Amino acid sequence: MRKQLSNWGNYPALDCEEAAFSVEEQLQQYVDTHEHIIARGNGRCYGDASLSEHSISTLRYDKVLAFDEAEGVFECQSGITLDQVLDITVPKGWFLPVTPGTKFITIGGAVASDVHGKNHHAEGSFSNHIISMRVLTGKGLLTCSPSQETDLFWATCGGMGLTGVISTVKFRLKKIETAYIKQKQIKAKNLDEIIRLFDEHKHYTYSMAWIDCLQKGDSFGRSILIVGEHAKPYELNEKQRAAPLKLPMKGKLTVPFNLPGFVLNNFTVKTFNALYYAKNYKRVIENVVPYEPFFYPLDAIHHWNRGYGKDGFVQYQFVLPLAQKDGLTAILRRIGEKGWGSFLAVLKVFGHQDDLISFPMEGYTLALDFPVRKGLFAFLDELDALVLEYGGRLYLSKDARMQQEVFWNSYPNARKFESIVQAYNPGGKFRSVQSDRLHFDYGSNS
Amino acid sequence: MPTVLILGAGSDMAVAIARKYASAGYSIQLAARNPAQLHALERDLKIRHQVTATSHAFDALHFDSHPSFYQSLPVQPDVVISVFGYLGDQEKGQSDWQEASRILHTNYTGAVSILNVAAEAMAARNSGTIIGISSVAGDRGRMSNYLYGSAKAGFTAYLSGLRNRLFHAGVHVMTVQPGFVDTQMTQHLTLPPLLTAKPAEVANDIFKAAGKKKNVLYTKWFWRYIMLIITSVPEFMFKKLKL
Ligand SMILES: Cc1cc2nc3c(=O)[nH]c(=O)nc-3n(C[C@H](O)[C@H](O)[C@H](O)COP(=O)(O)OP(=O)(O)OC[C@H]3O[C@@H](n4cnc5c(N)ncnc54)[C@H](O)[C@@H]3O)c2cc1C
Ligand SMILES: NC(=O)c1ccc[n+]([C@@H]2O[C@H](COP(=O)([O-])OP(=O)(O)OC[C@H]3O[C@@H](n4cnc5c(N)ncnc54)[C@H](OP(=O)(O)O)[C@@H]3O)[C@@H](O)[C@H]2O)c1
Repeated sequence: MRKQLSNWGNYPALDCEEAAFSVEEQLQQYVDTHEHIIARGNGRCYGDASLSEHSISTLRYDKVLAFDEAEGVFECQSGITLDQVLDITVPKGWFLPVTPGTKFITIGGAVASDVHGKNHHAEGSFSNHIISMRVLTGKGLLTCSPSQETDLFWATCGGMGLTGVISTVKFRLKKIETAYIKQKQIKAKNLDEIIRLFDEHKHYTYSMAWIDCLQKGDSFGRSILIVGEHAKPYELNEKQRAAPLKLPMKGKLTVPFNLPGFVLNNFTVKTFNALYYAKNYKRVIENVVPYEPFFYPLDAIHHWNRGYGKDGFVQYQFVLPLAQKDGLTAILRRIGEKGWGSFLAVLKVFGHQDDLISFPMEGYTLALDFPVRKGLFAFLDELDALVLEYGGRLYLSKDARMQQEVFWNSYPNARKFESIVQAYNPGGKFRSVQSDRLHFDYGSNS
Repeated sequence: MPTVLILGAGSDMAVAIARKYASAGYSIQLAARNPAQLHALERDLKIRHQVTATSHAFDALHFDSHPSFYQSLPVQPDVVISVFGYLGDQEKGQSDWQEASRILHTNYTGAVSILNVAAEAMAARNSGTIIGISSVAGDRGRMSNYLYGSAKAGFTAYLSGLRNRLFHAGVHVMTVQPGFVDTQMTQHLTLPPLLTAKPAEVANDIFKAAGKKKNVLYTKWFWRYIMLIITSVPEFMFKKLKL
């Protein structure tokens, strides 16, 4: 069906042909008869990574193929979403090894972006937990793993769909005893303090911080650190302990249409942050909460992205090496001065990772939203220059606008990745608006 | 636990129906032309819902095989749902009998052939439910799909007669009239989102309505009223429209 497609940021919106499949044979047939294809999961990347002339939706390709409840090994088709996986595994005492801040993404998307979660510093990104997968490449259907067809494996993890369509994935789950998280929220007065707190709490499995980008002076970088562990049965109250792997039911709120952009102006941003603080009147709060509000606080409001209005927004996420605290300060200052950013800024410290093309590296990562407006892209180009200067890079899964040089100059293995893409996707049968924008050379199909 | 047989089990609508019944604990029998393609769904149902699920070869156009197909099922089903269908190519069918007969035989003759078998078995034990997925396209013939529409019209009339007969034998028959549904069948069309149901919505409606022993289910519900309007346009006007 021809339709206007856009991803979570509602920017860009493009006229695409969207097809779907539910068995592998249909996918194979589609790939054999079309060009300019990109796999599309649940469209939770923010920009143009899963848009192409032919976007092929994986959402109906969502069957669970195996679940070893003794060993915690799960195998499924790539279009199943994380919320469905959790519904199946949590009651049996198993959790996702890594989860991003929303459960409405597909397993294919988790692999193709090599997603990270609050446990990156302790447990790595999603690729760290994959046993094997099958990928429909330009050279046919291939099985790859960390020990088999390794070029394909590493170029598919974080490879944004450019090696082909991931068909099935086998990965390891993580054992849990309860569906609850014991969390601790700690207020930090400023940037120095939050960075120190991250370090002091690095033995926690999960950690991240909300940071207020608009404060100046003494309160520059004031934030709330949130750390947590999967709760043990004895940490639950009596009611929770009766069914420790079951979550309490609750309703969902939906933002039904696009709110005008002014709703999210500077004033609301400031008020939101102030409110957030008022709630945390104590410096440290400890409690036990269901896993949903801990991992997926925004999922409770469906389609919150529409709150940015019809022009859409971009999410800007970068990572800087650990040694570049000054860089973080400089970029945060610049963002604060401009005042165009969102109330949503997430700060996290990544652990070590040095894969072919995955985004994370040891250091600080910051993510915030910018509603699309005149002059925004020029401003973001300025920020890109700072990110490059301090040896950092941007997350492709959030990107909708970076200039090609920024990508090629910041990912050290970019050209190696490109040559592997050429081998498995000769001629660029699989390509996205993003990969074209970044001027990938797909080689020739001969 | 009761058993449901789903005929044409590979389609998006059938997958949604299978999951809905499995979530309620039913054992699931999946039947389609290529049962090898059902194995993933079979495993999926077992893992998600801890139910029994089996796959069986079934072709609606192989009329002669229908009695033995039904007899050889491991368990006699309590609910039979006929989901298969073939939209076909109307224009091609106008001059190509092969295409036309495939449309007619899949949607009408094939459905009658297999449901006759199920009906006899259920009537003999005075219990069971038969659900036929017909279409609003059968409510009035239109230039764009009257081959398909007329076969569905025949199927709708068949189900209504069967309901009348089996009521006296304690067997319930439900006719399902979907409007637009977002499936593989309609992938090439641009459907109005507000009028179009997701397969899961159709499945929920069917499960609920069957529980209440509804006779005729329109899904989404307002299609009953849309079709009321469409069928009340006088023929002398209707023929001038290009629908
Ligand atoms: C509220 C929110 C919070 C988020 N938090 C985080 C976070 O904490 N950490 C993080 O890492 N990310 C985060 N993300 C980003 C999100 O996890 C990624 O963009 C993810 O890839 C989206 O998956 P998707 O299924 O929606 O795929 P899409 O958005 O449709 O596609 C994303 C990319 O994956 C590719 N792809 C999808 N399926 C396949 C397949 N089967 N085969 C090959 N390629 C495929 C697409 O081509 C595209 O390049 C967040 C997003 C949102 C909206
Ligand atoms: N989608 C709509 O808007 C809509 C609206 C009203 C009514 N309906 C009806 O709803 C039902 C399901 O439709 P859908 O949209 O899911 O359609 P679909 O995606 O086209 O699926 C049709 C199914 O019928 C099966 N089938 C076709 N010929 C067959 C045969 N000879 N023997 C056995 N199976 C056969 C196909 O099996 P294979 O997998 O083997 O090809 C396929 O699984 C159909 O009866 C359709 O007419 C649909």
